[in-house]
Amino acid sequence: MASIKFTLNGKPQSVDVPAGMPLLWVLRDTLGMTGTKFGCGMALCGACTVHQNGQAIRSCITPISSVAGKSVTTIEGLSPDSTHAVQKAWTELDVPQCGYCQSGQIMQAAALLAKNAKPSDADIDEVMRGNICRCGTYQSIRMAIHRASEILRGGVA
Amino acid sequence: MTAVRKVHRRGFLKSGIGAAAGLTLSFAVPEKTRLLAQGAAQSGARQSALNGYIHIGADDTVTMVLPKSEMGQGPMTALSQVLADELDCDWGKVRAVFAPVDPKLYGPLQGTFGSMSVRTGWDPMRKAGATARAMLIETAAKRAGVDKSQCRTENGAVLAGSQRFTYGSLAEEAAKLQPPNGVAPKDPAAFRIIGKSVKRLDTPLKVNGKATFGIDAKVPGMQFAVVARCPVFGGKVASFDASKAKAVPGVKDVVPISSGLAVIADNTWNAMEGRRALQIQWDEGPLATLDSAGIRAMMKEGAEKPGAVARKEGRGAAALEGVSKKIEAVYEAAYMSHAPMEPMNATAHVRPDGCDVWAATQIQTAARQTAAEITKLPPEKVNIHTLYLGGGFGRRGGADFIAEAVEISKAAGTPVKLTWSREDDMTHDLYRPASYTRFRGALDAEGWPMVWTAGVGCPSFAGMRNGVDFAAVEGIHDIAYEIPHIQVEYNKADPGIPTTYWRSVGYSQNTFFTESFLDELAAAGGKDPLEVRLRLLSKTPRMKAVVELAAEKAGWGKPLPAGHARGIAVVNNIGSFNAQVAEVSIEKGKLKVHRIDCAVDCGHVVNPAIVTAQIQSGIVYGLSAALKGGITIKNGRVEQQNFNQYEVLRIDEMPRVEVHIVPSDKAPGGIGEASTPTTAPAVANAIFALTGKRLRRLPIRPADLA
Repeated sequence: MASIKFTLNGKPQSVDVPAGMPLLWVLRDTLGMTGTKFGCGMALCGACTVHQNGQAIRSCITPISSVAGKSVTTIEGLSPDSTHAVQKAWTELDVPQCGYCQSGQIMQAAALLAKNAKPSDADIDEVMRGNICRCGTYQSIRMAIHRASEILRGGVA
Repeated sequence: MTAVRKVHRRGFLKSGIGAAAGLTLSFAVPEKTRLLAQGAAQSGARQSALNGYIHIGADDTVTMVLPKSEMGQGPMTALSQVLADELDCDWGKVRAVFAPVDPKLYGPLQGTFGSMSVRTGWDPMRKAGATARAMLIETAAKRAGVDKSQCRTENGAVLAGSQRFTYGSLAEEAAKLQPPNGVAPKDPAAFRIIGKSVKRLDTPLKVNGKATFGIDAKVPGMQFAVVARCPVFGGKVASFDASKAKAVPGVKDVVPISSGLAVIADNTWNAMEGRRALQIQWDEGPLATLDSAGIRAMMKEGAEKPGAVARKEGRGAAALEGVSKKIEAVYEAAYMSHAPMEPMNATAHVRPDGCDVWAATQIQTAARQTAAEITKLPPEKVNIHTLYLGGGFGRRGGADFIAEAVEISKAAGTPVKLTWSREDDMTHDLYRPASYTRFRGALDAEGWPMVWTAGVGCPSFAGMRNGVDFAAVEGIHDIAYEIPHIQVEYNKADPGIPTTYWRSVGYSQNTFFTESFLDELAAAGGKDPLEVRLRLLSKTPRMKAVVELAAEKAGWGKPLPAGHARGIAVVNNIGSFNAQVAEVSIEKGKLKVHRIDCAVDCGHVVNPAIVTAQIQSGIVYGLSAALKGGITIKNGRVEQQNFNQYEVLRIDEMPRVEVHIVPSDKAPGGIGEASTPTTAPAVANAIFALTGKRLRRLPIRPADLA
């Protein structure tokens, strides 16, 4: 048990937890930030996706010790008021059904668009295939990513 | 906890106002606790089924209190639309909360299953909205000193003579009125919210992480738990040593419960670490040698021997005698896991004087009864707080996970959140049953289907009637096709694997069987699959119409790119009708589903966007089950543990789905489970059209295509 310091949604954060404890459970149980979801515990479904220094990572297999000194962004910190282009597009197209996987889908899509402002369908497949949705919102997700890309590139929001 | 209970009490006190009246006043719920208070929000209006759904605040907000669970299928929005349209309120001021358990108000079986939310909510909610509107008008008329006939409503206000009163300004007084009887709902021609693709009420909370799912429940002082269960169904703990588990930092206790051993800790991760350190000797019980081959043999026997007759038309199976050319085929489907994205979980707080449960549940009354039995409290002392469901698909109709949480909290004496891992969820699901069906059919002299017989061997998972579990044969015995001689028999073949409803229930596998076998009969008679269906459905116009529409939209009969082919299938389930045409190709041994056109007639549509989304959703669920997944049993255990062994459809395999809604003024049908059954047979029939190979087993494996 050691104190681990990192930046969480732009603010300094310190936690005293076992070094091997996954970031997911630190967020959910220690810090009470439940927007990030538990789905599989093996980086197979993407429900727990957050950003670490801007990269999408699976928090369920990320030991908290490896996050020390880094900057983590969760769905709660993606924007203060749901105004990130991905959130706007998701809202506009009413993408979520049950919604459980959507924090992860949104974080993955935001990371994709940060690197590739105009992804093709193939780009979307490659990056988003790690995120499972059992409600089958895939067609809407694809449309919403294209829409978010449009918003980011100056389209009417 | 205290915040929640305060809200609950305040709601209860206020309920006195509404108890004898039509409207219930909203009570101030702090925004932070509102979500947790959802289940505790007492409507109070216990005496009338007309007044359990609508709260109007002095601030003009309208809160719909819904006795249905939101698992993505959209009842929160759709039912609010029904209420709001009849109430004639401002849609922008509508909120929705989940109702507490209240059998007097919401019936003895309060739950969400069978795609029934809109089907069963339509009439009572229209009446409730219209009655509430009449009470607001009566109040305004009195206040303005005019006759009711001089009043009308407009978007959340009553215009009485020359005066205008907002609903919020009338609500308190209106709530004291006796609800009038016999208020007529609107003429559907006047609907302005019903029939519109209004935005879902739950979307804003689902794009910023703030929607509170079952697994997100937070109760002050709660501990966290996981359970070690015997990997073999029906097994028990023989002996255990918890010393190493208790030495894990954060682990507070290890307690035996009915289903195994609960490890209680200060967070979920530490509880999981504690479980890994547990040493348990299991008594694996009588199923320890069960495997999939043995299960298949049991079901085969059930399908082959004479069984209880579920349906007989004409001369039934006797019509096969003397027929020179019989067409025979065996169809099979594997056990399937529901695998919702949110693994099972529940949070419980058992106290001497009561019990609170926060859960993503599909059946609130079952959850309450389960908790009452374990705690020996009267059911009225158990509060079920329904939170958002991260998928249900039938799985959350079970109360097994709720029972565990209640048992653990009872033992711990504190609030406890129980979380299942994905492995727990997959290996201790209540599965869709495996099934085995033997068909025998024959054609008439012109090559049209004349005899249809089936023997079904399948577990019973929905209760027996005259020797038949009709959930196990639905989709086979109730085919709408006009075939002169029909006989369907059933034998219960139950190896002891726990089963329950799975999105679209028996239709999920049986429609694959019947729509594939009908294709076989068509091929044997040299008929086009579309032509056969249209001919045999001449007396079922709504079903015939969706077949025609799907075929038209998909361009049935028109040329396709080389190496592509189409297949068609249709079903009537849950009060709706849908037909699908799938277009497939196989490249380098890999199946690709390019496009699915689905035509659906689900009666009067409340929200076309939700209908479209549900059709897409059901297709993805059906396609996952057709091409992936599959639960197998070895040594009494489920072999699949996680999404690497139980694969599901991902975005790169998603076909283009086109949904075509048939306009209808008929009573609303269901939508959540409509499209799931039709996808597998449409795809398999397309594969047959492409390759000439008939696939008779689900899930379809790549090797089956070779």
